[in-house]
Amino acid sequence: MAEATNQNPQGAIESTVVDWSSDQTVFKGVPWGKAMMWIFLLSDTFIFTCFLVSYMTIRMTTGAPWPEPSLVFGLTVFGMNVPLLLIAIMTFILITSSGTMALAVNMGYRGNKNGVFWLMLATALLGLSFVGMQAFEWSKLISEGIYAWENQMEAAPQFGSIFFMVTGFHGLHVSAGVAYLAIIAFRVRMGKYDKKGYDIVEITGLYWHFVDLVWVFIFAFFYLW
Amino acid sequence: MASQGQQHPIKVYFLVWFLLFVFSAGSYYVDIAGFEGMARWFLILVFMLLKAGFIVAVFMHMKWERPALILAILLPTLFLLVLMYLMAFEADYAYATRVLYFGADPNAVALPPVTH
Repeated sequence: MAEATNQNPQGAIESTVVDWSSDQTVFKGVPWGKAMMWIFLLSDTFIFTCFLVSYMTIRMTTGAPWPEPSLVFGLTVFGMNVPLLLIAIMTFILITSSGTMALAVNMGYRGNKNGVFWLMLATALLGLSFVGMQAFEWSKLISEGIYAWENQMEAAPQFGSIFFMVTGFHGLHVSAGVAYLAIIAFRVRMGKYDKKGYDIVEITGLYWHFVDLVWVFIFAFFYLW
Repeated sequence: MASQGQQHPIKVYFLVWFLLFVFSAGSYYVDIAGFEGMARWFLILVFMLLKAGFIVAVFMHMKWERPALILAILLPTLFLLVLMYLMAFEADYAYATRVLYFGADPNAVALPPVTH
């Protein structure tokens, strides 16, 4: 049934033209909340891209040497310096949380309320641990003399400013997501969506996967490049 | 009509979940193995785009949406490449100006304009 509404008997182009030129509703079979979330995420994509593009511009226009990521973001474990260890853990935590979220959405459409609640709660807790690790990362960098306006590495001072801004903005998204997930999880448990259906779980999921998606780009450009 | 939404076999999610772990491990390996230059950038981008693609296509269900929605979301995103191109274009110019006026030392004081 769900598959049927999303299938297009015409070709992709014809189906797009028919949908866009039809009365009242463009996004057929898509709850309006979900369409709005997609449009919000699109605008958020533009914001994050502006940040990442300005990061690119900074990297391209700065004559001073850029700090070596594996050295800056290394972690000393048992007297051994492991590059990017904390970041790897953070990345895996965020992917795990994306997985639990995807399962929560699936449980929602299966009508498994308990499953949705616990999986969303697990997602929120994983997100919280991500924010905690980011706070640890930040305080470690700051204690090593890397500030938003200068650093003690003889490296470009722009490093701190763009790094703290972009990871901070992402961290803010994660924090907001944790609150959002927790609220929806408890509302699901209270039975607020028993009649309305579990579209809200998918909408929340879209936001959470987007947060993971942004991290994919931050991970590649800030920590590996 | 109560919306049935996006319902798919749970196996798909586990598969993508597993793939995301593999790709992350892959991009981490690029760093550990110490790939340099073009190979490094290429591999980082490939793993990044694979991860992003699978998240959007399967976890965010884009793969199963109608073309009207896919187009509305992905087409504007493509325009961001234009922004990237423009900024990269300008960045070259800004860098050249910096080198010209500051020389190699970024903390150097700008030279006074040349007067003849």
